[in-house]
Amino acid sequence: MTLRLELNGITKRFPGVIANENVSFAVAPGEIHALLGENGAGKSTLVKIIYGVQRADEGTIAFDGRKVEIASPHAARSLGIGMVFQHFSLFEAMTVLENIALGMDNPPPRRELEEKIRHVLNTYGLSLDPHRDVHTLSVGERQRIEIVRALIQNPKLLIMDEPTSVLTPQEVDRLFDTLRQLKAEGCSILYISHKLHEIKALCDTATVLRGGKVVATCDPAEETARSMAEMMIGGSLKDLSPKNDGVYGEERFAISNLSAPGEPPFGVSLKDVSFAIRSGEILGIAGVAGNGQNELISVLSGERTDGVSGVIRLDGSDLSKLGVGARRRAGLAALPEERNGHAAIGQMTLAENTLLSARGPKLLAGSGILRTGKAHDYARTVIEAFSVKATGPKAKAGSLSGGNLQKFVVGREIMTDPAVFIVSQPTWGVDAGAAGFIRQAMIDLAAKGAAILLVSQDLDELLELCDRLAVINAGKLSETMDVKTVSIEKIGLLMGGVHGEDDAAADAEMHRGKAA
Amino acid sequence: MGWELEPRGEASRKANLAAPVIAVFGALVTGAILFTFLGHNGLSAVYEIFIAPLTNTYRWQDLLVKAAPLAIIATGLAIGFRANVWNIGAEGQYILGGLGGTWVALQTLDMTGGWILPAMILMGMIWGAAYAAVPAILKTKLGVNEILSSLMLNYVAIQLLYYLMRAPWKDPMAFGFPQTAMFTSDQTLPMMASGTLIHLGVPIAAAIALTAWGVMTRTIVGFQVRSVGASPKAARFAGFSASSTVWLALLVGGGLAGLAGILEASGPFGQMVPQFPTGYGYTAIIVAFLGRLNPLGILIASFVLALTYVGGENAQTAIGLPNAAAGVFQALMLFFLLGFDILASYRLKRTAPKPSPTANTSGVTPVEAEGARA
Repeated sequence: MTLRLELNGITKRFPGVIANENVSFAVAPGEIHALLGENGAGKSTLVKIIYGVQRADEGTIAFDGRKVEIASPHAARSLGIGMVFQHFSLFEAMTVLENIALGMDNPPPRRELEEKIRHVLNTYGLSLDPHRDVHTLSVGERQRIEIVRALIQNPKLLIMDEPTSVLTPQEVDRLFDTLRQLKAEGCSILYISHKLHEIKALCDTATVLRGGKVVATCDPAEETARSMAEMMIGGSLKDLSPKNDGVYGEERFAISNLSAPGEPPFGVSLKDVSFAIRSGEILGIAGVAGNGQNELISVLSGERTDGVSGVIRLDGSDLSKLGVGARRRAGLAALPEERNGHAAIGQMTLAENTLLSARGPKLLAGSGILRTGKAHDYARTVIEAFSVKATGPKAKAGSLSGGNLQKFVVGREIMTDPAVFIVSQPTWGVDAGAAGFIRQAMIDLAAKGAAILLVSQDLDELLELCDRLAVINAGKLSETMDVKTVSIEKIGLLMGGVHGEDDAAADAEMHRGKAA
Repeated sequence: MGWELEPRGEASRKANLAAPVIAVFGALVTGAILFTFLGHNGLSAVYEIFIAPLTNTYRWQDLLVKAAPLAIIATGLAIGFRANVWNIGAEGQYILGGLGGTWVALQTLDMTGGWILPAMILMGMIWGAAYAAVPAILKTKLGVNEILSSLMLNYVAIQLLYYLMRAPWKDPMAFGFPQTAMFTSDQTLPMMASGTLIHLGVPIAAAIALTAWGVMTRTIVGFQVRSVGASPKAARFAGFSASSTVWLALLVGGGLAGLAGILEASGPFGQMVPQFPTGYGYTAIIVAFLGRLNPLGILIASFVLALTYVGGENAQTAIGLPNAAAGVFQALMLFFLLGFDILASYRLKRTAPKPSPTANTSGVTPVEAEGARA
């Protein structure tokens, strides 16, 4: 049997790093092949080489048994390679149809294209209205545009880069159905993910990359999620030591009727958000990205106060009229999702970065004067306590890897012993070892009596850490649920919210009705 | 084939310090070639402008006197530039500072007392800062770009100066010349040593630069300015308000430009005349960048630029170079500095003609569409 794709000895060097070193593996027709690895393991570079975005320094690629040079994405597409990127490339103000036409090398006339699109949609049971404007679509629907874009060219190999990171559980199931149907038709799929149970459920073979090299090839069905994770990190995973279940103190942090307008043009407004967290408790907020999570964090931290109404109480006193600094002094620490450029300044040293948020609580400045020595010591303490890999407090924040910078900023906040810790995506893009460390630090902080609000898109993380869970959708927060009794299906439906399949279909009907 | 700028990773500290030196050297070489082509002796042009003044102790005093206002203005501008507030209106703020002090002087021509000079200086700073408050209001309330508003106010300031000199403030005893009365001895800056040109403004300039250096590195305000400049979002995370930073930057910049103005008026000029603006407000922008926006670096850079002023005059008389020669060298320095700064953080690379799609996190830039153009 001819192999669909065969990589032989692929090496790619960048100044200072080797992204891929002598990588070889093969994908058979109709095989779903997983590419596993931590951030920085070289998955993206490898995929970019296959899709013609980058060129390998050494090694060969064979497609359908023939040696090929893939010089550009155009060349890749004409070979029959399609790719669905993790970050969508869509024009918000244009329709689905226009976006698909823009992505094609030789788009056929509109009518013909629409027919083709409808054919693909019907064949794979995807629901999408070609005439809707993209900005009205949910993330799952947007991904479908990218998938249709790829499928319309009848690919023989489809590359999917972290496709499920923005989907609800139901959307994930539907995506897997589509992928299995493609597999049955003989299309090969190269599936990149770090969600191990998905790989177990979907993939036939997995190639594990670490530090740019292939370290293992396995059959996911025969491995456990844990064994695959250990292949990825090349060591054994530590278990989290859980905090005392059900031991909570007084109510520490209470939000009632919090509303805030969204930032134009496509910002999400917060609508009447209320919740309360007790001492020692971790409340999780699940939701698909872009449903008001960042708005909620910036309103709670005090970074946004324009047009905000509602009450934010910490140990009974109202913080809603206070600025960022005063809230921090009251014991509220909030850490936004974006670490470099929001929670830290890349051009500044780690010592200077402690001054951003810890200068009040840790007295790193007084009467207008910086205590640079103290800041330096505090940075060193954080580096040591959180095992941050850095040359020292004088290292520039931008010189740290994403995971290490994340450990540093989380440590900087946690070591101020906040009464309330609000954190968004604390382990996003962080390797498994560091993620475990950060999660343990949060559990320990809660055990000391802090109230923690954890905003995350990673359901596994939420289920592992939180006592209670709520779902945010289109700026509205659901009721909070106990994690022990909650069902994944229910969370998924809440995450889908008004953008759920039925509603979307109904919306689409209405649209068509109006257009007619 | 095309050319592309590729980031070098972290720009090195060495390159950051080397760039101004290379820029000055590059300006000298290019200037020499340029003036040779224009029919002058290029090498002697460079010699007369940059070397000759240094060989003459009398010129040394002149250098200090010219460097002082440049250093004062550039220090104020650098604070703003650090916060990404681009005040190009120092020339106007300098004029208004001179006018503010002159107003006090005109009210106190018949009085005596040690308080008069401090009052003039204070009023000069207030007028300079007030003039810079106009772009600050426009920026914070209406989002008007401060580069345009501050720049255009320079021309307004010049016209205001001309008006005041030709009518309300004209000295009736000046035989119709458009100028104010000469300042009294209580209204002029004392000399630091008798028989020299070095006035009180010179030590003031040094003190201001040192103070600014301390404020920028050791205080919360300095940290605020640096944070806002480096990352507005992170500054908001730190609890620093963007609009208060704009105000701070413009008021300090305007106040210091105003200070330089009144020190010039009450020092070397000793009165107000229409020839008062000499481009210090613009030259100080070059000083600020050549000094790497660091007050200590600015002290050094102010001497280099003062040299072009003093040497430019020297070259006019010595070898008949046009007055614009100094300006050409100043511009070349800024040009080379900006160029080397780019090359310090990027390297020039030849690229194949293929498009290089870049993933974009915002999800709006179409990767696929880029591929489609190929």
